[in-house]
Amino acid sequence: MPKPAAIVGQTILYGAFAAFIGYFATAPTYTQIPNDVALIKLSMSHLGGRECRKRSPEELAKLPPNMRAPLDCPRGRSDIKLQLELDGKPMFETVMHPTGLSGDGVSTVYKRFEVKAGTYQLAVKMNDNLVNPGFNHVKEAQVTLKPAQVLVVDFNPDKGGLFFQ
Amino acid sequence: MSVHAALRGNAQTLFERIENSFDGSFGGADNPLRHLGALGLYFLWILVATGLYLYAVLDTSIQGVYTSIGHLSQEQWYLGGILRSLHRYASDAFVLVMMLHLVREWAYGRYYGFRLYSWVTGVPLIWLAYVSGIGGYWIVWDRLAQFSAIATTELLDWLPFFNEPTARNFLAPDSINDRFFTVLVFIHIGIPLMLILGLWAHVNRISRVDYLPSRRLMLGTLASLLALALIKPALSEAPANLALVPAGLPLDWFILFIHPLTDITSPVAVWTLVFGATILLFALPFLPHPKAQPVALVDAANCNGCSRCHADCPYEAVTMAIHPDKPGHKIAMVDPDLCAGCGICAGSCPSSTPFRSQERLVTGIDMPQQPVDVMRRQLEAQLARLGTQAAGKTKLVVFGCDQGVDVRGLETADTAAISLLCTGMLPPSFIEYALRSGVDGIMVTGCREGGCDFRLGMQWTQERLAHQREPHLRSLVPQDRLRLVFASRSESKLVAAAAKEFRTQLETRLVTSSKPPAYSRRTLHHA
Repeated sequence: MPKPAAIVGQTILYGAFAAFIGYFATAPTYTQIPNDVALIKLSMSHLGGRECRKRSPEELAKLPPNMRAPLDCPRGRSDIKLQLELDGKPMFETVMHPTGLSGDGVSTVYKRFEVKAGTYQLAVKMNDNLVNPGFNHVKEAQVTLKPAQVLVVDFNPDKGGLFFQ
Repeated sequence: MSVHAALRGNAQTLFERIENSFDGSFGGADNPLRHLGALGLYFLWILVATGLYLYAVLDTSIQGVYTSIGHLSQEQWYLGGILRSLHRYASDAFVLVMMLHLVREWAYGRYYGFRLYSWVTGVPLIWLAYVSGIGGYWIVWDRLAQFSAIATTELLDWLPFFNEPTARNFLAPDSINDRFFTVLVFIHIGIPLMLILGLWAHVNRISRVDYLPSRRLMLGTLASLLALALIKPALSEAPANLALVPAGLPLDWFILFIHPLTDITSPVAVWTLVFGATILLFALPFLPHPKAQPVALVDAANCNGCSRCHADCPYEAVTMAIHPDKPGHKIAMVDPDLCAGCGICAGSCPSSTPFRSQERLVTGIDMPQQPVDVMRRQLEAQLARLGTQAAGKTKLVVFGCDQGVDVRGLETADTAAISLLCTGMLPPSFIEYALRSGVDGIMVTGCREGGCDFRLGMQWTQERLAHQREPHLRSLVPQDRLRLVFASRSESKLVAAAAKEFRTQLETRLVTSSKPPAYSRRTLHHA
């Protein structure tokens, strides 16, 4: 039978163990971004364009009948150029490279930007085939960001290309 | 002395002091710090048991995961709520004791030589524990789960493994579907199963594994966690909403600390730290360290195949094979990779008795660095020295352990001291031999209960001297002329005080037994 002092000691130590676990299991609380800040997440996964060449009838005749595709398309995809502007000022600019050993995969980007809550003019411009100059996809809108709000900037052809969510 | 050695030495001293102070309340058998591995396994079983119930009631749809788990805490707090809280707090306790176990084994230098396998197989378990713990938080799919899922995938995306950023799975409220949680639950079950398999490998080369701590310790820790579950039940945060960044999160710092760490540093810093720490842990056994002890050697002519060394070896280094020279007999075989060089096998061998009449004492299994014959010569020399003392002087012999208090500091004109590789190396017949050769009392010192450097040395010694284990001390040896003292390395004062008190008892006739009959052939045969 343990001595009374040992029982008291055990009670204190078991209590300290429970208190230690209990405290650090939930505290101190953590806030990832300040209370007056919103988040813009720029995230895209898109297949860049490629330049296909039309085969001449002579070329097609030389090919086996089952391989006479009218277009000769390279396997590799174009880099994608992307710009993000906030109130007319450049916020982020990148050139996304296609994934895959042969450069035939999607080009991706995932970035997050912390901005003060408020109203902004947000613009995103994309060129998914760098053979052509300028930007072939542009989305611009006035957005009002509340504190802690997440605004996603993404690209989906089914949703009309670039979109804010 | 290198910086690492100095750091490790200081950490060991710190652990010893805390453990010794805990002994005052818990005793060695129930001291949680001396049974961290077993305690970790116990918490894992609590996690498995409570997890089975949580799995049974979990609805794996997006809305369902939140409501089904929340229902437990709100409507069934007396069972499901408590089990949920136990599941969470046991996971924190598991991580806590796992990390303490890691640091303690390092501090005591238990990571190289014959312990290399256990150390190396333990490192991946830390990864599995954290992967399982972090994934477990996602299943509730509340604000905390949302934060952890996004933070984890953002961290993973830094690695060049994924074609598309995995964080895109948590971009917007419509990004995930019900099947995500089905997969997640299977991962949360599969990883702990791998953890259990890894734990089996981790303890595979140890005999008599403490799969569970003592009953008192189990009850004490369970009561602590139950009280915590009642006082502060684990509750869900608000449901996840991917359109908002959660704020004021009650973070579990035992498991989810990596997320704030990533925020205040960077993914590259965190991965460097994580992979660096892992590589360092794997490399630690290969860094310079004290030379390994020579391993036990078997003498075929003197091994009678009794298997006691096989039964007593704490590391399963001794196996039994067919004796090459004695038909129908077995012989002990030592695996040098597993042998700790502790000498416990030599102490268990029935041939390790100083009463044998050979001039050179050869036993069945012996340690090259301190053969039993040398032990007998040391004892003979000490007995001869004590024999020169005036009649009536109380003479003591102290047997100690190289891993514990250095007993050679106790040596005086009427006290002899012999230090062994481990106290478990002491054959009980040496005690009888010394008493029958004119010594008044024998003191045996060793590590505190549960703190033996070779796991079982002091336990076997205790059982052998209490006639509970072979080779046991013969009953003609009076127990009141024998004193067993448990002390850790730094407690030389405690051992000195125990020796002084024992001497006083012997001198003031508090010890009433007569000494066993004198062994007069000693000098004739071995001088």
